[in-house]
Amino acid sequence: MSAPLLSVRKLRVEFATRKGPLVALDDVSFDIARGEVLGVVGESGAGKSLTGLAIMGLIDPPGRIVSGEILLDGERIDHLSEDRMRLIRGPRIAMIFQDPLTSLDPLFTVGDQLVETIRAHQPLSAQAARQKAIGLLGEVGIPAPEQRVDSWPHEFSGGMRQRVVIALAMCAEPELIVADEPTTALDVSVQAQIIRLLKRLARERGLSVMLVTHDMGVIAETADRVAVMYAGRVVETGPVREVVHAALHPYAQGLMAAIPTLETRAVRLAQIPGSMPRLAPRTRPYCAFHTRCDKRFEPCSSIAPPVTRMGGREVACWLHEPVPAGAAR
Amino acid sequence: MTAEPLIDTDITPRTDGTDERRGRFARLLDSDIMASFLASKLTVLAGFVTFAFLIIALFAPLIAPFNPFDPAQVFLIDARDPPIWMAGSDPRFLLGTDDQGRDMLSALFYGLRVSLLIGGLGVLLSALIGVTLGLIAGYAGGRIDALIMRIADIQLTFPAILIALLVDGVVHALLKSGGREDTAFGVMVLSIGLSFWVQYARTVRGSTLVERNKDYVHAARLIGLRSPQILWRHVLPNVLGPVLVIATINLALAVITEATLSFLGVGLPPTQPSLGTLIRIGNAYLFSGEWWIVAFPGITLAVLVIAVNMLGDWLRDALNPRLR
Amino acid sequence: MLAFILRRLGSAAIVLIFVGVLAFILFRYVGDPVNQMVGIDTSIADRDRLRESLGLNDSVIVQALRFLGHAAMFDFGVSYQFKRPVAELLIERMPATLELSLISALLSLVIGIPMGVASALGKDRWYAKLLQAVSLAGISLPTFLIGILFIYLFSVTLRWFPSFGRGDTVKLGTYWTTGLLTSSGLRALILPAMTLALFQMTLIMRLVRSEMLEVLRSDHIRFARARGLPARSINFRHALKNSLVPVITVAGLQLGSVIAFATITETVFQWPGMGLLFLQSVQNVDVPIMAAYLLFVAAMFVAINLVVDILYLAVDPRLKTTSKAH
Repeated sequence: MSAPLLSVRKLRVEFATRKGPLVALDDVSFDIARGEVLGVVGESGAGKSLTGLAIMGLIDPPGRIVSGEILLDGERIDHLSEDRMRLIRGPRIAMIFQDPLTSLDPLFTVGDQLVETIRAHQPLSAQAARQKAIGLLGEVGIPAPEQRVDSWPHEFSGGMRQRVVIALAMCAEPELIVADEPTTALDVSVQAQIIRLLKRLARERGLSVMLVTHDMGVIAETADRVAVMYAGRVVETGPVREVVHAALHPYAQGLMAAIPTLETRAVRLAQIPGSMPRLAPRTRPYCAFHTRCDKRFEPCSSIAPPVTRMGGREVACWLHEPVPAGAAR
Repeated sequence: MTAEPLIDTDITPRTDGTDERRGRFARLLDSDIMASFLASKLTVLAGFVTFAFLIIALFAPLIAPFNPFDPAQVFLIDARDPPIWMAGSDPRFLLGTDDQGRDMLSALFYGLRVSLLIGGLGVLLSALIGVTLGLIAGYAGGRIDALIMRIADIQLTFPAILIALLVDGVVHALLKSGGREDTAFGVMVLSIGLSFWVQYARTVRGSTLVERNKDYVHAARLIGLRSPQILWRHVLPNVLGPVLVIATINLALAVITEATLSFLGVGLPPTQPSLGTLIRIGNAYLFSGEWWIVAFPGITLAVLVIAVNMLGDWLRDALNPRLR
Repeated sequence: MLAFILRRLGSAAIVLIFVGVLAFILFRYVGDPVNQMVGIDTSIADRDRLRESLGLNDSVIVQALRFLGHAAMFDFGVSYQFKRPVAELLIERMPATLELSLISALLSLVIGIPMGVASALGKDRWYAKLLQAVSLAGISLPTFLIGILFIYLFSVTLRWFPSFGRGDTVKLGTYWTTGLLTSSGLRALILPAMTLALFQMTLIMRLVRSEMLEVLRSDHIRFARARGLPARSINFRHALKNSLVPVITVAGLQLGSVIAFATITETVFQWPGMGLLFLQSVQNVDVPIMAAYLLFVAAMFVAINLVVDILYLAVDPRLKTTSKAH
């Protein structure tokens, strides 16, 4: 495998609170190769969106990156100044957010926002930028882009607005798009269209995509590889087929059982009993999932499992790791 | 998966679940509210100042060196003595005397008492009017609601101080009170009460509308609970927080309104001076260099209002962190 | 859009009629107009004749309609204390109040908005904290106290500006007298205008600050940052514009209350405007002036609100009804 486009290494993000710091991301590592779609999945609060924001350098106080590295094309970008980071956001990495209704500035036309973004990164005349904006709108599937370019955001439907958002993200021709739940706020009928659009753009432009979602079904259809997050950690990564069909981590197994298929749609979806623990003030000295895990044994509640590499896959679970001597009290 | 919301916008950290298991009161004491209070030294100072002023107002007759309302203790010969650190002062009068020879310090204590009493009663009255009208408007709906809220809208057209001035003028005209002294106090409370009810009414109406459409209210009505009971038990507790914030901020406003009316000469008479009256008296001597007659009541009023406003600000932020 | 403006005009008319009825009630029932107009020695027969000639024996409805009809023609009767038509008195004093209010409103916007922006953008810096502290004082201190302080500092001690009056005025046309064209008029304006502006200024500053902090947290600002837009554009193009939309409403309302608040400032500085006239009328139960002033403030408010609504239409595209939307 060639060098990854993006590499996140042992990332740790904490939030300062009145009662001391809380660990929101702990020891998060994963790679995204050029042209690859990485699905990041997990339940609410697992740290998926935060990981995306960390990559963009958009974590606001009281949150901050405490340790670890984020490498883009081998260069660290996690400690750049706001000015340098601005040159990365857009031309290198772009991000789209969950709610297209609130992602656009309501007081500027779609064209204004596109032209402004294009000209922030490329030395184009207003006229050329406008032509490019129209082209982008066409590319993301807005009908009659020559007319719609002068429309206001509120004149678009939700699905169309998400297309505009994607066009805005594409303005500076990024290499990687972080898509944070891009379909969650949309009608079911529109969700598939947006996912298809993202897939098409990735294929045609050789884009890498980090697709954050809680919807395992979307990932199964879209992603090349998947990273499963739980309580601020990555518990399993691997090629999407292998993880879907033979997940190694019990939590991932539970998630996969929850994918609705044609056969199971009518029946009640499998559920993992219990709920994810809340943020802890320090690295947990145990597996965060052990309270909900039906395969737990001695080390789970006393030592945090390290990440083990198994072929093209990685997993953090004692089931797949020789238990160190003395762990079983 | 779990019953947690699936939408993952929530990047703010949640703490360990320990907070939820304790009682309401224990949580309040250890909550963000208390913490935010203690976190800001200025807020603590404001709380302390407000408390001290309340104590002084409450016990003014006991701690004031003189009774400024007792003609037997006031002599014109002592008039306009400066504070004791200045030449020509009288050691009996720490902060000097006013134009009639009343001890400034004692007048301040009594003025504070009058100002806070009128402010407090005015706030109480306006909260009473506002909460009642808000509950009625929200619960009854329809024409009653439209009428009440229309009146509220129109009243908002006019600044409260103007309403208070108007009420003051009208009531005095209606009472034909030649000697204003006996009625001035009540008229002031009424003016303030009628000037500041709108905000309560709007807030309470909003909450009532939300509550009214909840299932348990329908259920309560089905099992025969009467409207007043439902309102009292379920709606009131929910609006107490906002009402408290409004009341705190309005206490400052009420004190200002009273002081302004008294300063303008339509409030309390000089025989029963509030801080505003004292400032009005002192203002006349500003040009002749007797600055203390206006400065001390002015500073007291300013400190009082700033302290109460800071408490109100803090309370609003603490109860609604999103606004911070 | 036309329907919108018509609807607004309709509700403005309702407000005015409501206040008009209130003014009539004031006029008719607060204090006996006849007693106010005659001496103690007037005979009962004379009083009755006057009562009849004033139309006070007609039915209430007739009287109310007559009052409203007259009010619509700017006829508010005769002042009890000055024995002159109220409309004449008001027009005489209107320029003083309007000049003071407009200059104050302008000052509060021109200074208040940048202060709000600065304190929002530099949220945790020292100057933002200083501005917050100053604004707390500005919003807390009663107007009359600030006026007294200014007079003591700038008139009594430093002798920079006069402490009362309007200075020299120049006549513009038949009705308008202005103090803006003479140096003594301008000097006299500074202290009252600052006094009147201070409260609104801090209010606007705090409002802009909280709106802007809210907007800076919004999704579209986050998305703008994620697109690599320069900070200047994010702060001053997107965040500021979005913050100012709600400010328009409040600033409009504030302009209305500036006119009413002028009462206090005019009293402190003996500024010969309508507010001072109103205060005198309250003290002397001069009901025709009270009623007319009430209507005047309501009319100003309604007019300002209308302008604000139209401005809103111009600023916020979401309110324009378009046929382009599908």
